[in-house]
Amino acid sequence: MSHESILIVGAGQAGMQIAVTLREDGYEGELTIVGEEPHGPYQRPPLSKAYLAGDADVESLELRSPSFYVERGIVVITDEKVEEISFEGPSADDRGVAVTSTGRELHFTGLALAPGSTPRRLPLPGADFGGVLYLRDLADADELKSRWSTAQNVVVVGGGFIGLEVAAGARKAGKTVTVLEAADRLIARAVSTETSEFFRQAHERRGTSVRLAAQLSQFVGDGDQVTGVQLADGEVIPADIVLVGIGVIARGELAEKLGLEVINGAIVVDEFARTSDHRVVASGDAVLLPHPLGGGTQVRLESVQNAVDQSRIAAASLLGKSERYRAVPWFWSDQADLKLQIAGLSTGYDQTVVRGNPDDEKFSVLYFREGRLIAIDTVNDAPDYMAVRRALGDGQTIDPATAADTSVKLKSLVIDA
Amino acid sequence: MPEITYISPDGTTTTLDARVGDSVMETAVKNGVTGIVAECGGACACATCHVYVDGAFMDAVGEAGDLEDDMLDGTASERTPHSRLSCQIKMRDDLNGLTVRIAPKQV
Ligand SMILES: Cc1cc2nc3c(=O)[nH]c(=O)nc-3n(C[C@H](O)[C@H](O)[C@H](O)COP(=O)(O)OP(=O)(O)OC[C@H]3O[C@@H](n4cnc5c(N)ncnc54)[C@H](O)[C@@H]3O)c2cc1C
Ligand code: FES
Repeated sequence: MSHESILIVGAGQAGMQIAVTLREDGYEGELTIVGEEPHGPYQRPPLSKAYLAGDADVESLELRSPSFYVERGIVVITDEKVEEISFEGPSADDRGVAVTSTGRELHFTGLALAPGSTPRRLPLPGADFGGVLYLRDLADADELKSRWSTAQNVVVVGGGFIGLEVAAGARKAGKTVTVLEAADRLIARAVSTETSEFFRQAHERRGTSVRLAAQLSQFVGDGDQVTGVQLADGEVIPADIVLVGIGVIARGELAEKLGLEVINGAIVVDEFARTSDHRVVASGDAVLLPHPLGGGTQVRLESVQNAVDQSRIAAASLLGKSERYRAVPWFWSDQADLKLQIAGLSTGYDQTVVRGNPDDEKFSVLYFREGRLIAIDTVNDAPDYMAVRRALGDGQTIDPATAADTSVKLKSLVIDA
Repeated sequence: MPEITYISPDGTTTTLDARVGDSVMETAVKNGVTGIVAECGGACACATCHVYVDGAFMDAVGEAGDLEDDMLDGTASERTPHSRLSCQIKMRDDLNGLTVRIAPKQV
């Protein structure tokens, strides 16, 4: 059916992109984005980088200016959470209604879910002490910043991207920083052992203490404020701030209310960003999707690239077009002066090739599955990153036997698969 | 407020007032100038904000940094001596009148 009014739940990177693409693709009906935060759509990546360092203000985080939405007839409702949602029946022409936290009813003919994700909590004794913080939104970032200048000891729990970015920022600001990671290496879910080991050494070189296989027993405090983290062996690491970054949980609550297929909170979608009820599309951090580079498994991608590209597909599906999601995933993480860039999906790799010398803080790790290139991590090496991103996009590959040869540009080693 | 003029691949021109300190990319994207994709939001990580700087402003704008220079090698449209990533050009009062042509292909 062609829609008269489309509702997008979630005013983040994905929700904004669905709205923008709908208008670019000629949709002229009513268009509403509703989000529970007090802000219109903004960028999250700087929250653990430039914003924390004081190099970006709230206005510079906005994804679009307020007048942009007005000019395009996109209604952005902020500070209201969608609590209930349903269709009046099962057929394609049935309308739906959402009810927000203020009791406002929003009627729609088309629906997109872009609720993002929420930090996984660490349920240890003392978790309620002030200063035990998470970082997902501006409110979290402001809380962290308000404690930042007076804090001397920063403990980061979880050696993933966000934790390591905050750790790098804290070291740069001269604080005493400890990273506690439960696994036996950093960023274990996303990168190879070579890249993990590089980041451990690089952070230690900059003065951060990295503890792997760390077992936490509790947060300790004074009054209602945290003063340290106690490990299983009894040792207490002093902390004025504890930043917990142990991953996120997709926000599938509304999808469940609609009876959609949800696995571990993540909304299951097909390659057209359609949920198990084809009237509803979903995109961004909250979805579990099939990807041609994923080696047949469903993946969840927590990245700006995915929020943008997959939302374009979702918008197309709402307008009755079938565009397949096949964009090459890419990601970046800035940790002090180290720029990590990742292209492709390393899921199921069976071989890695290190190109360059990690000790130079400029190198790449290429990932192969059955001899075929599937992904790359680069540290301070944008040309290698761009070469692989393009090669994967064009369905090309690199011979693992030649990949380590730094006497030639990686670009020149790209061959047809 | 310094002004920036954007020339789109289809020839449309748009002139905007920029906030000092905002990048040429931010000013365009927030106000809906199409053609600058800027997927990474200015982190110099995507090369989808490629523009060609008008000859008269080349000196004032200055040269690309090392990382930007590397990223420019991977742009979807041809790199020329006028190529810059617009997220890396921060607006200053003395850049008033800056004119950039948006590269036809970004992704
Ligand atoms: C600190 C930090 C650093 C990051 N750094 C990088 C990086 O360097 N590179 C990169 O590629 N990615 C990075 N990311 C990830 C990236 O920001 C996310 O992948 C992206 O924001 C996902 O977009 P989204 O729209 O799916 O979710 P979000 O941006 O989280 O937006 C979802 C919105 O929906 C709202 N919402 C949810 N449920 C409801 C409801 N029922 N009613 C109303 N509103 C609702 C939420 O409040 C939220 O505002 C970072 C993320 C964080 C938190
Ligand atoms: S916006 Fe990504 S490189 Fe400029």
